[in-house]
Amino acid sequence: MLSANELKAYIASGLACEHIEVLGNDGQHFEAVVVSSAFVGKSMVQQHQLVYQALGDRMRSEIHALSMRTFTPEAWANS
Amino acid sequence: MDTQEKIRSQVTSNPVVLYMKGSPKFPQCGFSGLAIQILQACGVKDLVAIDVLADPAIRDGIKVYANWPTIPQLYINGEFIGGSDIMRSMYEQGELQKLIETAN
Repeated sequence: MLSANELKAYIASGLACEHIEVLGNDGQHFEAVVVSSAFVGKSMVQQHQLVYQALGDRMRSEIHALSMRTFTPEAWANS
Repeated sequence: MDTQEKIRSQVTSNPVVLYMKGSPKFPQCGFSGLAIQILQACGVKDLVAIDVLADPAIRDGIKVYANWPTIPQLYINGEFIGGSDIMRSMYEQGELQKLIETAN
């Protein structure tokens, strides 16, 4: 069963992040907060695409449902 | 018509299109249900909801079309707006209501 920590490691290995939080303990439904300077100047769609890209095929196989919020470091500091 | 052309035609010939699992009355997934609730709260008038569970080619094709691996997906005036997380965030900031108004 996929754990929140494993999912966190998957994201971190594909995307340089300042901060990641992943919640979820049923192996299927997860909630993530991702803070990365790679998001600067990008639209919300592009930010989420970067996270999906980091997860690659896992989005189609292992991960059933992932809800996420993405922040630039500046937006995160102000949130 | 191939699937990508079919999708392009669907999203460009209708002002508001939601690709979802199930129907607006009977959504088959929590995220799709949330997307419908948000659109209704925005006062959407002319919504075309497409049930991807009824068409495997669309279900796979829509993920390629927007380079977006999840469903639901919202399109307004032919433009991909986002999935349910982005819809919720835009709704909370009042942006989605404005977009829907331009499409109504």
